[in-house]
Amino acid sequence: MSPTDQVKTLRIDGRDCSGRAGETILNVARENNIPIMRLCELEGLSTVGACRLCLVEVKGSRKLLPACATAVDEGMEVTTNSERLQNYRKMIIELLFTEGNHVCSVCVSNGHCELQTLAQSVGLTHIDLPYRYPKKQVDASHERFLLDHNRCVLCTRCVRVCDEIEGAHTWDLMGRGIDSKVITDLNQPWGESESCTSCGKCVHVCPTGALSEKGRSVAEMEKRRQFLPYLTLMRGEHQ
Amino acid sequence: MTPEELEEIKENELEAQQNVPQQIHVCVAAGCLSCQSDTVKDALTREVEQHGLGGRCKVKGVGCMGLCSEGPLVSTHTGQVYQHVTAADAGEIVESLDAQPVQRLLIPTDVPFFERQKKIVLENSGTIDPERIEEYIAQDGYRALMNVLTEMTPQEVVAEVTASGLRGRGGAGYPTGLKWSTVAKAVGTQKFVVCNADEGDPGAFMDRSVLESDPHRIIEGMLIAAYAVGASEGYIYVRAEYPLAIKRLKTAIRQAERLGLLGADICGTGFKLRIDLRLGAGAFVCGEETALIASIEGKRGTPRSRPPYPAMEGLLGHPTLINNVETFANIPPILRNGGAWYAGIGTEKSKGTKVFALAGRVRNTGLVEVPMGITLREIVFDIGGGIPDGKEFKAVQTGGPSGGCLPAEALDMPVDYESLASAGSIMGSGGMIVMDESSCMVDVAKYFMDFCMTESCGKCIPCRVGTYQMHRILSAITNMTATEHDLKKMEDLCDLVKNTSLCGLGQSAPNPVLSTLKYFLAEYKAHVHEHRCVAGVCSEKATV
Repeated sequence: MSPTDQVKTLRIDGRDCSGRAGETILNVARENNIPIMRLCELEGLSTVGACRLCLVEVKGSRKLLPACATAVDEGMEVTTNSERLQNYRKMIIELLFTEGNHVCSVCVSNGHCELQTLAQSVGLTHIDLPYRYPKKQVDASHERFLLDHNRCVLCTRCVRVCDEIEGAHTWDLMGRGIDSKVITDLNQPWGESESCTSCGKCVHVCPTGALSEKGRSVAEMEKRRQFLPYLTLMRGEHQ
Repeated sequence: MTPEELEEIKENELEAQQNVPQQIHVCVAAGCLSCQSDTVKDALTREVEQHGLGGRCKVKGVGCMGLCSEGPLVSTHTGQVYQHVTAADAGEIVESLDAQPVQRLLIPTDVPFFERQKKIVLENSGTIDPERIEEYIAQDGYRALMNVLTEMTPQEVVAEVTASGLRGRGGAGYPTGLKWSTVAKAVGTQKFVVCNADEGDPGAFMDRSVLESDPHRIIEGMLIAAYAVGASEGYIYVRAEYPLAIKRLKTAIRQAERLGLLGADICGTGFKLRIDLRLGAGAFVCGEETALIASIEGKRGTPRSRPPYPAMEGLLGHPTLINNVETFANIPPILRNGGAWYAGIGTEKSKGTKVFALAGRVRNTGLVEVPMGITLREIVFDIGGGIPDGKEFKAVQTGGPSGGCLPAEALDMPVDYESLASAGSIMGSGGMIVMDESSCMVDVAKYFMDFCMTESCGKCIPCRVGTYQMHRILSAITNMTATEHDLKKMEDLCDLVKNTSLCGLGQSAPNPVLSTLKYFLAEYKAHVHEHRCVAGVCSEKATV
């Protein structure tokens, strides 16, 4: 294999970058300190391309492409932050706020929440669409953890970390469309789940206050994700 | 099975048919069955026996004859077609075989509905018994397969399909030959061929009818495709709501296996293909190819990002060819008559014919097959017979929830992929719903948005929440509570959902709204500013 097969050079926002063949635009941008917004993606977990926040413009492509799921290519010209993309991102985050019941002032994750950070970075000061105010439940049946559906953004990080890293596959999704929700086992209360190992990985990958440790008050829930790059690295070396 | 043996089955069947000079065909596809055509068939069989015509006259169940609204339909070997036949009419029909036709039940067959159609996909529908492989073989069935296996290389088959100009009939219109050659060139020890029979557009029943009326055509199409791309396993993903289609497919697969046309070492050439059925559990999104693959794999049926396309990484990670029912149905005639023959039908970029399910406010509702390039006017007014009850034509909806509503100005547009797309609609799988002045276009847009909202899988945010918000605004408009600001918001949402959704369902969900905004903006404005529904549909339901 010649070197050109393995290394691709491209331009992201006018900056020359290079990436390995198969590497995603998001990863290459990250290495070059070019921030691209994302919510469902998390390094160390598989890619789903579901939040659509990392969509970028690629010259020659009619469609917007998800940076997390698009491999770099030779001579690619990527724009990550056009006005059009900024508008879309703002609207997508706005849609998330109307979908659930996100009340920062009473949330355990206030100040440490990815949704909150995203909203601040796009300058979302008010919501221009009506809120849905859905009736959603809180599952406090687990001994140590809490699930609050009101704060869930359906990024499925919990589903993936439990399946791919812990190997328990306690979490999954049920329902469809606006009625989708995360469930434990076959929609049993979390505390009665037979597959859950109570490892807590789901809690710490969750971007919002939907999954938290019991006993935390407002703004006290800080997520610790150091385990993920460590486990991924170890797994890579093992293989 | 050798070509000679196949020919022998054909000869025997034709001889057996000629030995019975009189034939009565009763439609036993879902449309006519739902109005008890099975009791009509039983009654006709009884009458034939009572009249002592047992050896001379045969009553047989056949597939769809097209004019579904007038069912149950019965036809005779002399070419008469009878409508709304009941068991009580059986005696009269049997007696008429040697006398004058039964005038009161007769449908004239020299009308545009029959004369303007061109049947390729539906060539056997309504004439052969879908539950007997011999009848399919008698109509030159499996001859194309035999020829392909013994005379042609896979590359030649792909070249023939490419030359035909056939494009995917599932909706998007991707060139079939190109898709086949991509899968054929993909590297893999195992390849799959999948038939997408998860037809789900409201009002569309083309694929259902083909499966119920001529199931062997799909199997032959899949066999030829499998040979061309090098696949050895096949799946037909058919929705569980089509029990009759499933039953007939199972029968057809068993029959083909028994004759050695399906299974291991087909026709002694070493080529093998196994076909299994997979039943969809009622999710519209499973018609999207990556969701369909996930569903076959036993996973939650949600789409994933493409690339990689299924042609490279499909079912279980292997190269997979996915085509729609109607696409496969076109394959045997193309290989029998040559790609050039097929390319001679239709327009420059859209070749061949297209089957449409004509429904709504039109005189003749049912299934029609027309050459590409025919105008919408010809379909609606000539073949469809125009609008009943002296009402005015208002719009025709093509392409289901991913399509759009086209106004009277668009009636003279030719029906092909590009023209429909440029007008803001799509060819789609073939649903065609005609609307008259009694339909409110905002209400229609709301109906389709409701469909997309409930059928959204929920994976990506723009589709999951965007369709909900658009539906809410459309509800507000039909309730006369919306403002100009809501209209502006809806345009923004349309733009967002169209451009940022993960799969085709989301990307096309705004089409019914966009097309009605484009052609019927006045109706939206009347709702918002004057609290008035032009068609009188919404004012009755409105709360203010």
